[in-house]
Amino acid sequence: MFKALLRSLLLAVALGGGLAQANEAAPASADPVLEARMLSITAELRCLVCQNQTIADSHADLAVDLRQQVREMLQKGQSDQQILDYMTARYGDFVLYRPPFKSTTMLLWVGPGVMLVAGLVMLVLILRRRSRMPADRFDPDEPENADGSPANTPEHPAS
Amino acid sequence: MIPEIGHFLLWLAMGVALVIGTVPLWGATTGRADCMALARPGSYLLAALVTAASACLMASFLGNDFSVLYVASNSNTALPTQYRMAGFWGGHEGSLLLWVQMLVIWMVAVGLFSRHLPREVLSRILAVMGLVSVGFLLFMLLTSNPFDRLFPAPPDGRDLNPLLQDPGMVFHPPMLYMGYVGFCVAFAFAIAALIGGNLDATWARWTRPWTTVAWMFLTVGISLGSSWAYYELGWGGWWFWDPVENASLMPWLLGTALIHSLAVTEKRGSFKNWTVLLAILAFSFSLLGTFLVRSGVLSSVHAFATDPRRGLFILAFLTIVIGSSFTLYAWRAPTVGLGARFALISKETSLLANNVLLMVAAGAVLLGTLYPLLLDALGMGKISVGPPYFDSVFVPLMAPAIFLMGVGPLARWKEAAVPDLARRLRWALGVTVVAAIGTGWLAGSIHLVATCGLLMAYWIFASVATDLWERVNPEGKGVAELRRRMGQIPRALAGMMLAHIGVAVFCFGVTMVKTYEVESDVKMAVGDSTTVRGYQFTFQGVKNVPGPNYEATRAQIVITKGGDKVTELTPEKRIYRVQQNPMTEAAIDAGLTKDLYVSLGEEVDGGAWIIRVYVKPFIDWIWGGCMLMALGGLFAVSDRRYRRKKGEPS
Amino acid sequence: MKYARFFIPLFIFFGLVGFLFKGLFLDPKEVPSPLIDKPAPAFALPLLDKPDTSFKRDDMLGKVWLLNVFASWCVACREEHPLLVEFSRQKLLPIYGLNYKDERVDGMKWLARFGNPYDGSLYDRDGRVGIDFGVYGVPESFLIDAKGVIRYKQIGPFTPEAIETKLIPLVQQLQKEAGHV
Repeated sequence: MFKALLRSLLLAVALGGGLAQANEAAPASADPVLEARMLSITAELRCLVCQNQTIADSHADLAVDLRQQVREMLQKGQSDQQILDYMTARYGDFVLYRPPFKSTTMLLWVGPGVMLVAGLVMLVLILRRRSRMPADRFDPDEPENADGSPANTPEHPAS
Repeated sequence: MIPEIGHFLLWLAMGVALVIGTVPLWGATTGRADCMALARPGSYLLAALVTAASACLMASFLGNDFSVLYVASNSNTALPTQYRMAGFWGGHEGSLLLWVQMLVIWMVAVGLFSRHLPREVLSRILAVMGLVSVGFLLFMLLTSNPFDRLFPAPPDGRDLNPLLQDPGMVFHPPMLYMGYVGFCVAFAFAIAALIGGNLDATWARWTRPWTTVAWMFLTVGISLGSSWAYYELGWGGWWFWDPVENASLMPWLLGTALIHSLAVTEKRGSFKNWTVLLAILAFSFSLLGTFLVRSGVLSSVHAFATDPRRGLFILAFLTIVIGSSFTLYAWRAPTVGLGARFALISKETSLLANNVLLMVAAGAVLLGTLYPLLLDALGMGKISVGPPYFDSVFVPLMAPAIFLMGVGPLARWKEAAVPDLARRLRWALGVTVVAAIGTGWLAGSIHLVATCGLLMAYWIFASVATDLWERVNPEGKGVAELRRRMGQIPRALAGMMLAHIGVAVFCFGVTMVKTYEVESDVKMAVGDSTTVRGYQFTFQGVKNVPGPNYEATRAQIVITKGGDKVTELTPEKRIYRVQQNPMTEAAIDAGLTKDLYVSLGEEVDGGAWIIRVYVKPFIDWIWGGCMLMALGGLFAVSDRRYRRKKGEPS
Repeated sequence: MKYARFFIPLFIFFGLVGFLFKGLFLDPKEVPSPLIDKPAPAFALPLLDKPDTSFKRDDMLGKVWLLNVFASWCVACREEHPLLVEFSRQKLLPIYGLNYKDERVDGMKWLARFGNPYDGSLYDRDGRVGIDFGVYGVPESFLIDAKGVIRYKQIGPFTPEAIETKLIPLVQQLQKEAGHV
C-alpha cells in the first residue's frame, strides 16, 4: 500500500513538479482543424435571425443548426465554394457578407476605385488649370519663413 | 408636475430658437444692430431652457418616475444610479434631447469665445445653429416627446438594456454627440461666410480650433465605442462595419479632411471652395447618421426603435438643411477667390491629395453602407455588405494617405522638390523596411499583409522622427541647443506630430493583433488547464454570485507563466432579472504588449465548461493610438495663436 | 453654364434623398426567398401523428398545395392559426403543416388545442427540411403548384389581407393552369 502511494507520488512529481497537477484541457470541438475551417466559412455568412451577427458568432438556433450543417458538409469533403453555394441557394445573396460579383454589384465593387481615379484626375486637372492662370488672379505672395510658411502669422485669431 | 414643466420648457426653447434663427439673420443682412444683438443673449437663454428641460428628465430618472413612458422603458428601481442617469440617452427620445443639449453647449461656447468676431458673422453663425436646434426641438415635440406620460404608471420599469449597463454607456454617447454636434459650428461658420461673402484665410483661422475640438470629441467617442464593444460583447471583436459605426466614421473622415484643408486655407488662402464644401459635408454626414440610426432604413444592432413617421420627419429636415446648404454653395462658391499660388509639387498639393483620399474613403464607406438599400429600392434584390467588403476596400484607400502623412509635413509650402524630399526621407524609408521585416521576424512569422501594415506604421514613426530631427538638430551646439529648439516647436506642430504618431500606433496595433492573435476553445473541468503562447490558464471552477440587478455564474481562471502567477480572471455569465436576457461578461487582463482575454461559454455534461481563451498582442495600441490622436488635437488647439494676450481688448 | 459643376453635390444629394425616401417603406430585415419559381426541395418526412409513414414531395404532384411551417413554441403562430383554420374551411386547396424543430407530443397537443386546418402535418424534428426550404423564422408558408414549383412564400404570419389579395387569387390562377377548377 505504501509502495503504491510512493509510486503515484513519484509519478505526480515526474509529470509536472507543480503541486497542483492540472490536466491539459481537451479542445471544445472534436476536430479543431475542421472547426477552424467551419468558423472561417461561417464568419462570412450573415445570421438570418440576429441579422447583425455572423453565423459563426450567433447563438440563434438556426445559426447553431447551420454551423452543424457546415461541419457535416466539410466532413463529406465539400469545398468552401460548394458550402457558400448551398447557403445562397436557400437564403439568397443576403446571407453573404462578402457581396458576390454580379452585374447588380458591379457598381459596388468598382465604385471606390472609380471614385479614387476620378478624384485624382480632377485634382490634377484643377492644379493644371491653376498653373496656367495669370498671376494676378491669385493673392499676392506674403513674406515667408525658411520652410515656406507665412512669416507674419498673427498671435491671436483676430487680424 | 416635473415632466410637464420639462415639456413646457421645450416649447419655450423652440420659440426662442425660432427667434434666434431668424431675427439676427435678418439683422445681419439689413445691418440692424438691435436685431443682431439678440443672438448672443438669445443663445444663452436657449441654453438655460434646454438645460432646465434636461434637468427635469434627469430628475424623473433619478426619482424613478415610471409615470413617464420614457423612464419606464429605460430604467428600473434596481438599476444602479449611474445607469439610471445614463438611461437618459439610452433610447431615441432622450438621445434627441442630449443632441440638443450638446448643441446649446456649443452655442454658449461660441457666444463666449467670439468677442473678436464681427457682429454680422456671429449673428449668422448663431442663427444657423439656432435653426438646426429648431429642427431637433420640433422633431422631439411633434414625434418623440421624452416627457410623454404612461397611465397607469407601472410599479417598476422595463430596465435599461443590459448591454448598456456599463461605464461605456456613461461616456460614449455624450462624447460622440459632442463631436457630431461640434461639426455644426464649422458648418455654421461656413454658411455664415458664404452668405456674407467673406470667405478668406481669417475665416479659416476662426473655424480651425472649433473643428479640431469637435474632431477630438468624435475621435474619443468612436474609440470608446470600439473598446466597449471589445470587452462587452464577449468575442473580442472591436469593429464590425455596422451601419451605425459607419455613420460615425464618415463624419470623422470628413472632419479629418476638413482640419487639413483648413490648414491650407488658413496658411495660404487656397482651396476655400473645397474647405467650405468639407465643412458642409462633415455636418451633413452627422445629420445623415442621425437619420440612418432612427429611420429603420438600415438594420443595425445600434438602431433605435423605428417609426416611418419619424424617419420621414428627419428626412425632410435633412433635405432642407443640406439641400439649402448645397444650393447656397453652388450659388456663392464661384465668386470665391483663388488664394495664393502653389506648384504642382508642394505641401499644399500633398494636403489636397490627402483630402481627396479621405473623401473617397468616406464615399466608399457610404457606398457600402447604402448599397443594400439602393438595390432593394430599385427592386434588384437583397444583398448584404459586410466586413469582407469594407476591409478589402478601405485599407487600400488609406495606404496612400498614410504614405502622404510622411511626405506632407516635410514638404515646403508653395513649392517642394521631389529629389530634396527623397533625400531627406531615405533614412526613414530604410528604417521602415528593416523595422517592418524585423518585427515580423521577432514575432515568429512574416506575412505579406502584416508587413504592409507594419510598413505603414513604421513609415509614420520614421518620418515624424525625421521631421522632428530636422527642427531640433543642435548642429553640434550641444544638448542645451537641442532643448532650446525643442521648446521652440509651436504647439500646433507638436500636436500634428503627436496625432500622426497616434495613427502609427493605431496601425501597429491593428496589424499586430489581426496577424498574431491566438485563440483556444477548450472544454475545461475543474483543475484543467490550457497553454497559449506560454501562458497557462487553469480553470478553478464556477460559483453563483448575485449582482445588484442580475444573477451571475462566475468562473475562476488562474493564469501563470513559467510557474509564476500572472493574474486571476473571472469571466461571468449573467441573467438580468428584469429582461431575463443572458449576457456574457468577458474577463480581460489588459497589458501594454498584449491582452489576455477569457470568456465563459456553455456548461457541458460532467460539470465541465466551454471556455474561450485569447492572447491578443498589442490590441490596446488601437485605442491608445486614438487617444494619442485626440491628445494631438488638444495640443494643437492650445497653441499660442488661440490664446488671447493679456490686456487684449474684446 | 460654366459653374454647373458646383451644383454636383446638390444633385447627388437629391438622388440620395430619393433612395432614402423609398427606403422608408421597405423592410431591411425581410429576406426574399431565392426559391420562388424553382422546384420545391425534395423531402421525405413522417407524418406527425403516424411516425411510420413517409410523406414525399412528389406525392403532391398534380395538386396545388400550401405548406405552412409552425411550431408549438412559436408565439406568432397562435395569431396566424385561427386565420388558417377559417381558411381551411373553404376547402380551396390541400394544406399541410410542417412541424418545425418541435417535440411530436407538443406539436400534436398544440393542434388539438388550437385547431387543425391541415390535411396532414409533417414532422421535421431537426429542421433540416426547413433549412432546405430556406426557413429562417416561424411561421412561414409556401404555395407550391401542380408541377412542384414554389410560386409564393409568405414570410411571417398570414394576415387577412394577404390571404384575400395574394393567396386566394394566386391559388385560383395556379389551379386553372393545372387544369382543374
